[in-house]
Amino acid sequence: MPADTTPAPGPAANARRPRDRWVNVVLLLVVVALFAVPLGLRLNAADAPEGEGYAGTDSTAVETISEIDPGYEAWFSPWFEPSSGEVESGLFALQAALGAGAFGFALGRLSGRRRPAPAPGSTS
Amino acid sequence: MHIAEGFLPPLHAAAWTVAAAPFVIHGAREVQRVVREKPEARLLLGASGAFTFVLSAIKLPSVTGSSSHPTGTGLAVILFRPPVMALMGTIVLLFQALLLAHGGVTTLGANVFSMAVVGPWVGYATYRGLQRVKVPYAVTVFATMALSDWATYLTTSVQLGLAHPDPTGGVLAATSRFLGVFAFTQIPLAIAEGLLGVLVFRALAQIAPAELLSLGVTEALPADAGAAADGAVGAAPVPAAGSHTDVTRRAEEA
Repeated sequence: MPADTTPAPGPAANARRPRDRWVNVVLLLVVVALFAVPLGLRLNAADAPEGEGYAGTDSTAVETISEIDPGYEAWFSPWFEPSSGEVESGLFALQAALGAGAFGFALGRLSGRRRPAPAPGSTS
Repeated sequence: MHIAEGFLPPLHAAAWTVAAAPFVIHGAREVQRVVREKPEARLLLGASGAFTFVLSAIKLPSVTGSSSHPTGTGLAVILFRPPVMALMGTIVLLFQALLLAHGGVTTLGANVFSMAVVGPWVGYATYRGLQRVKVPYAVTVFATMALSDWATYLTTSVQLGLAHPDPTGGVLAATSRFLGVFAFTQIPLAIAEGLLGVLVFRALAQIAPAELLSLGVTEALPADAGAAADGAVGAAPVPAAGSHTDVTRRAEEA
């Protein structure tokens, strides 16, 4: 982000120091590492059947229910179920895209709006 | 934390729905109130709803060898207090129940209760608690986001334990089995969510200081700005307020 041009009294006047940038980069790297490391270790890869590592906890919970309570049967089923794993991941991707789009739009408006603001008063 | 459709007995499903409903209704009112009284915060309201929407769509691998969802509820908790999340979380869960067959209509009440009620309130309690002891604000944000996430999954475990007690060990044994499924897997995800929250607040302090000020989240702002801003909290709720005061000051000088 370029240096801030807001007049001094505004809270936005803090210019971003180089150290801050590094903090952000380190935070991001740690987040990525938190997921890359377990994937890289291929946990459970040995004992899980082909392509079934990293099963979702939600489906594991359903399996646990049937272990504890073998007689239990779901008494209601979804109206609509994605017909394949591909369709399902597509819909999940759609959800993520909608969310990310809206999030980016809001943050983009917030950050874009700030720059032209000081211009009208600065000539006086 | 999405309990699958039909996997809570009817009585439990109904009870959780009844328990969650007042929170959701109150949340809807809160959203209206925020929009009406703080129109300048609408973009942030949208952003925090969108944040939950993205994060709960992503299944992430964890060190336990299974994968799970973050919840993304902590951002709204810090900016707007928990009630707002009750409505926004319900929208997210309804979307997933209807379009993705993830979670369900019969289990919506229970899922709303864990993700959009208990998680946010635990996060909020953490937030207020940490504000009293003087820890760096980033730590407060981290803990709020991480615990909103983790508490959600602990709640789900209890809900499942209550609904499906172990034949020999009862509710407790069942709950600990479900905790075994959720609790450890969720730890790295909660940590990641906490760190992501810190990143978001660092960005917001740069691009939306006036909105943070108007919402009373002044600690997110750099120390010098916070001190300068403190006096302006009551007087300057609008984004353009800074330039307004400048104009008045100039007018007075002239």
